[in-house]
Amino acid sequence: MKYTFPLAAVIALVLIAWIGSQIPGMQYLFGVAIPYLAMAIFVGGFCYRVAHWGKSPVPFRIPTTCGQGYSLPWIKHDKLESPVNTSQVVARMFMEIFLFRSLWRNTKSEVHPGPKVTYESSKWLWLFGIIFHYSFLVVVLRHMRLFLDPVPGLIQFMEYGDSILQIGAPTMYLTDAGIVLGLLFLFGRRLVNPQVRYISLANDYFPLFLILGIAVTGILMRFFIRTDIDITAIKQLAVGLVTLQPVITHKIGAIFYIHLFLVSVLLAYFPFSKLMHLGGVFLSPTRNMANDNRMRRHINPWNPEIKPHSYAGYEDEFREFMVDNNIPVEKELPPKAED
Amino acid sequence: MAVVNKDKLGVSVAAGPSLMTGSIPRKPWWEVPAVFKPGNYAYPAKKEKVEYLNEQPGLHFPNAREWNPEEDDWKLPENWEEIILNGIKERLDKFRSLKIFMDCCVRCGACADKCHFFLGTGDPKNMPVLRAELLRSVYRNDFTLAGKLLGKMAGGREMTAGVLKEWFMYAYQCTECRRCSVFCPYGIDTAEVTMMIRELLHLVGVGINWILEPASNSNRTGNHMGLQPHTFKDNVDFLTEDVENLTGIKTEPTFNRKGAEVLFITPSADVFAEPGLYTAMGYLLLFHEIGLDYTWSTYASEGGNFGLFTNNETMKKLNAKMYAEAKRLGVKYIIGGECGHMWRVVHQYMDTMNGPADFMEVPKSSVTGTVFENAAASKMIHISEFTADLIKHNKLKFDKSRNANVKATFHDSCNTSRAMGLLDEPRYILDHVVDDWVEMPENTIREKTFCCGSGTGLNTDEIMELRMRGGLPRANAVKYVHEKHDVNMLSCVCAIDRATLSGLMNYWVPEVEVCGLSELVGNALVLEGENRQELDEGLRTLI
Repeated sequence: MKYTFPLAAVIALVLIAWIGSQIPGMQYLFGVAIPYLAMAIFVGGFCYRVAHWGKSPVPFRIPTTCGQGYSLPWIKHDKLESPVNTSQVVARMFMEIFLFRSLWRNTKSEVHPGPKVTYESSKWLWLFGIIFHYSFLVVVLRHMRLFLDPVPGLIQFMEYGDSILQIGAPTMYLTDAGIVLGLLFLFGRRLVNPQVRYISLANDYFPLFLILGIAVTGILMRFFIRTDIDITAIKQLAVGLVTLQPVITHKIGAIFYIHLFLVSVLLAYFPFSKLMHLGGVFLSPTRNMANDNRMRRHINPWNPEIKPHSYAGYEDEFREFMVDNNIPVEKELPPKAED
Repeated sequence: MAVVNKDKLGVSVAAGPSLMTGSIPRKPWWEVPAVFKPGNYAYPAKKEKVEYLNEQPGLHFPNAREWNPEEDDWKLPENWEEIILNGIKERLDKFRSLKIFMDCCVRCGACADKCHFFLGTGDPKNMPVLRAELLRSVYRNDFTLAGKLLGKMAGGREMTAGVLKEWFMYAYQCTECRRCSVFCPYGIDTAEVTMMIRELLHLVGVGINWILEPASNSNRTGNHMGLQPHTFKDNVDFLTEDVENLTGIKTEPTFNRKGAEVLFITPSADVFAEPGLYTAMGYLLLFHEIGLDYTWSTYASEGGNFGLFTNNETMKKLNAKMYAEAKRLGVKYIIGGECGHMWRVVHQYMDTMNGPADFMEVPKSSVTGTVFENAAASKMIHISEFTADLIKHNKLKFDKSRNANVKATFHDSCNTSRAMGLLDEPRYILDHVVDDWVEMPENTIREKTFCCGSGTGLNTDEIMELRMRGGLPRANAVKYVHEKHDVNMLSCVCAIDRATLSGLMNYWVPEVEVCGLSELVGNALVLEGENRQELDEGLRTLI
């Protein structure tokens, strides 16, 4: 149920685009209207979500310190894991966002008879996570060649690097293999690892299937189903979309519309899903704050007006005991009434 | 409550069917209700304690009543769902952390086997990700578009009494230790989530006595133990007598003294029970030896802050005494004793909540002249920072052989390591006061340290089995160094640790005792004018 429904949903999306795009006149809907709408939802939704987060203050400075804090001058300070100023925080965030620092720490624990708890390094998730995310990034950037005319040198260079192995014709992209491999691993561990299997929701399988669908249709289009895949017509449409003058001049194969439709769904789905971790990772207060709490005061905008139980009230309650036990008091005891 | 036999529990942990041992429950987690039975929950707060707290200005503890988690009816207010949902809304608007942590989790599972409670119980809802999902599912249902449109399909759950009961069970099987947040790729901190759930539960009168009674004691008498001023002073005076008998040194601590240079605040447990008492003796000896002009306070006689385990308002109210007393006494700065969660509050919250502390000076050691720049704003330093600085400047003379009976290892407490970064100061001190000490395995120390299993106010006897399970990863690491290196002493810088690790060791590794670092310092210290007896067991020797 948890994965059959998302799988069915993605298959349904494929069918919608497949059949829909074959109906005369619907190409404009699938090639222009839906992509525009999806992009608008993506940009609008993303901005809204980030603004929505930003609206809430960060009342307390709560970095998770993963190394020695700034202390006495002769104690070696771990600047990356316990940053004390902005540049160190930036460095920490760089490690986190671009190198998945925290995931690199991952271990696998087991409980053996004894009982004995063991820990072993487990970097598979890190590795395939990195492969998936960087492949995805390069794939997205590579696609810019469709939208930009002339194609910037950097994109051309990236494409050259990506096909460096020169396998097949047209040459295979490393990142095509990377993204599929990454997705298959991420999906596989949701099935095989009991803990991850138990926590996985439909929300976790759906984006996996969707992105896999995008990757597979893209690969099919480039290498296998090449009927009616007129790259000039596609480029014309893509450039047209960017310059707000979209035209569909030739018949383009259904596989293209399926690919584009799945991308549109992903864009529209993005801001309302866990995929927003892309934005959230920048704003995580346990990572993006300096561990300088005792050096620089952090302001809580809604700091409530709360006073402690007053010393005066305390002394009033216990004055007699305090005086009897030579604890200094602010107010002496009243003179005792004569017996 | 009788605690289950150690061997039985060991078998149950390692071989019993649980998600930790590889068996997947048949039902999805949202179909498994929380069932309360003796031993798996901490007792609800007493009516009069809740009433007392509710009367305090600035605090809100409604719905005081007698209730029993084992009964179906928890006697919640009539509109409790509305109160909870409004409470979530209010907290989403107040804490960005909550919004981010609700939205960003991808359920990668990296946190799952990082939690000591999951390792010890194998209960799926003790995986940090599921603990958060208990709240996140309600958040999705009522506060996100996807949840409003798709409900269950998008992982949403309606707020029901069953969900509330789950919250109560699992927010009190989390010690807010933040170990999971070290491993989370987005830094999602379950401590934040647990804090929010506990705050929400208090809105409808659901809380535990082991937290609210100390909190109300602390408000009234100044400390968790409920020691009134004369008793607090008496307790310290007893310690000075013991110290004099052992070392021939008459330490003369003062109380509530205006004009002292330093205010010293430590968890009250240090003057209340073993083995914290020996730590307090260490403080007395150290301060005496260097001639520190300091005072204790009976009004601010608690370093710890059970408000942290309750809600941010209570935390602020209890913590406010520290600065209020420092101001009243006119001290230049504050030294804080060994404690974990106390230092989370002091380091990460105090200045924000109750600052600015502009009536004090940047802490400067009168002995070494060192200015503690790292406490320039908050004006409060940790005893380990203070001691390490003294050692570095050769102001203390140690005879390590006095600790020869001890083969130590060091336990980082959750909060000083992951919410402060106090890691090497205690180790530096340890290097100078004992001949030899060893580290526990690397995945169990420093920022990856394991909780004692009883933090955040869970150190109550009625949930002993749970505590022994939660403490297993820590105990196991101690057992490892005990067997390999003959370690017989687990040193730490936390008062809750001193109490709870003693019980934990007694259960899993009875050959190992627990001490505060300052006990080892005080014992190794060569004192001017001392007349020290033959002390086979250091400050613990009975004479």
